[in-house]
Amino acid sequence: MHQRSVVRVGASLLVASLALTACGSRGGETGGGTDKKTATIGMIVPLSGDLAALGLGMRNSAELAIKQANEANAIPGWTLKLDAKDDEAKGDVGANAATLLSGNKDVVAVIGTLNSGVSEKVQPILSSAKIAQISPANTNPSLTKGAKWASDPKRTYPGYFRTCTTDAIQGPFAARYLFTTAGIKKIATVHDKKTYGQGLVESFSEEYKKLGGQIALAETVNPDDSDFSAVISKIKAAGVQAVYAGGESPVTGPLSNQMKTAGLKLPLMGGDGMFNAKYLELAAKNAEGDLSTSVGAPPETLPSAKKYLDDYAAAKLPDPYEAYGPYAYDAANAIIEGLKISLKDAKDVESARQPTIDAIGGVKFDGATGAVSFDQYGDSTAKVLTTYQVKAGKWVAVETKDFAKP
Amino acid sequence: MDQFLQQSINGLSLGALYALIAVGYTVVYGIVQLINFAHGEVFMIGGFGSLTVWLALFEGNTAVWVLPFMLVGAVVASVGIAILMERFAYRPLRNAPRLAPLITAIGVSIFLQEFVRLFYDKIPGFPSAKAKIAYPPIETVTGTPFQVGGVSISRPTLFTFAALAVCAVLLWYFVNRTKLGRAMQATSQDPDTSRLMGINVDRIIVIAFVIGAALAAVAGVAHGLRNTNIEFKMGFTAGLKAFTAAVLGGIGNIQGAVVGGLVLGVAETLVTEYVPGQFGGSSWKDVWAFVILIVVLVFRPQGLMGAKVVDRA
Repeated sequence: MHQRSVVRVGASLLVASLALTACGSRGGETGGGTDKKTATIGMIVPLSGDLAALGLGMRNSAELAIKQANEANAIPGWTLKLDAKDDEAKGDVGANAATLLSGNKDVVAVIGTLNSGVSEKVQPILSSAKIAQISPANTNPSLTKGAKWASDPKRTYPGYFRTCTTDAIQGPFAARYLFTTAGIKKIATVHDKKTYGQGLVESFSEEYKKLGGQIALAETVNPDDSDFSAVISKIKAAGVQAVYAGGESPVTGPLSNQMKTAGLKLPLMGGDGMFNAKYLELAAKNAEGDLSTSVGAPPETLPSAKKYLDDYAAAKLPDPYEAYGPYAYDAANAIIEGLKISLKDAKDVESARQPTIDAIGGVKFDGATGAVSFDQYGDSTAKVLTTYQVKAGKWVAVETKDFAKP
Repeated sequence: MDQFLQQSINGLSLGALYALIAVGYTVVYGIVQLINFAHGEVFMIGGFGSLTVWLALFEGNTAVWVLPFMLVGAVVASVGIAILMERFAYRPLRNAPRLAPLITAIGVSIFLQEFVRLFYDKIPGFPSAKAKIAYPPIETVTGTPFQVGGVSISRPTLFTFAALAVCAVLLWYFVNRTKLGRAMQATSQDPDTSRLMGINVDRIIVIAFVIGAALAAVAGVAHGLRNTNIEFKMGFTAGLKAFTAAVLGGIGNIQGAVVGGLVLGVAETLVTEYVPGQFGGSSWKDVWAFVILIVVLVFRPQGLMGAKVVDRA
């Protein structure tokens, strides 16, 4: 029984990889080389489930980057292909995908994951196989700097990098916006006790107090709650000017909506977890004036992003690139830049794995999200964030700033 | 003082919602001694039923005359599910040991959740039920709150109160003043003798399920209006709270379910406001709610309402 299922999985993987080779190599063949060697770039993102839209945008973007590299013959003698695996935004499914990928001798690097919680499971597996991992979307600071990231940062996995900024910057960035730009001196915070929400509120609160702001009320809710009337009455009694909420749109959207239905007309601010269309749907008309931060500059405004956006549009892909498409595109290109060095004289993929990690640490180029390079922890050196506000039912960028330059 | 009143109103509003669902648990238990754990899903299906009517017929329309149609949709969906559930999941197990229908109820609960989760977006033009779905705002019922002194009373709160009051009066009238209601009381006391007296016990059981489902459906609509969204798993927590409310009031007792629901709602809301420090705040409300339940059961095992009306346990 067990063996049979192994055969079945193996057969379907074979078919899938054949299909992928077919699309991946189309570009390469036009390049002319006949006896090219193949290197595989793995990918672990949600392709089904609640977060599939984000994952598909990431996969398409990575595919685009790899196709372009093959067409331009970026690495002479080698063809690149993408092997995208679905993690369903779940840690154990992601870990399975990582095990499958690290068992494949042709895999040289992996793009992913979307969720910080999934990366925690994936990191040790890829790391022990010396496969480089670049995440386009993990924002939890502990992934690069260890559990005590604020007081005693230590790089835990030398092969892990990310192209987006972290919550350690996102929270303080929001604090500066509310205190300095919006002039709000007294606020309440609410978070849902999940890794993301709690981390965001903690890093926010520290900076806000440092700036001289007053946090009149710090509340928590359960991630599954949908009735916030008691918390809202407390916020109302605290007499604050705004609410900072750590959590994703399923919590922050209804919270904002119920706040305003209860007559509490204050702006609610949060992080990139609520910077999406679902928030606008759940908060409905009451979203007007709410704020959120998200990593990077809006891609529409960057000259370096224009080529990516044009190419993505030209490829006529069925799914939009979503929030993390440009970061996945840059992650793929960072790997390709690294491979240009590490694969040049390599005889097979396996021996090129460690050199690839070393090479990625030193890459520097202008990507779709701006300048791409990594610091000694594997974090993106770009500290650009944007504050968005809901205006006329849409997220509109109001301020883009480099956090490194206050 | 205002803050105390405000939180009490919030709590009563939440409690009224629990009470509407709890009555379904209690009525069914009173007749067949079955804890129908799938009752929370009947409530969830009520929410989705009303949303379906809105999406199919009135999408974009937020006028108040839409609400009765949504309520009808909710009741039809919930009652339909409850009848099917009784016929195919519980009736074949009528004479089985008590544990069998209980396990079946849990199975039905999971089946209904997964069914809604996986199939709701298969209807063309409907949103995926995998994430929370925004519930249509009905202007008159979700608009600006009323101010009474320093206390603001939101309109969905009034809707929930009104729904509970109307349902409670109708139910009281039905149980005490109609022939069918008296047959129900008789069945709850002794089904075998009732059958000898010419009462169709199977029919009475179906009616108990139908009454519970109709009230849960109204609660589903109230939940959507209050919380501005619905989701496939909302039945689980709400069902558990309503079950707690039913036990708190004395399971099998209709008045008890209403009182238990209100007490639970108020308790949950007040701990958010008044328990200070580390064990306070909204995230501890469930812990305190169940502490209260345990304390009540230790000192008063029959629940808050000692007098049992529809019960033979």
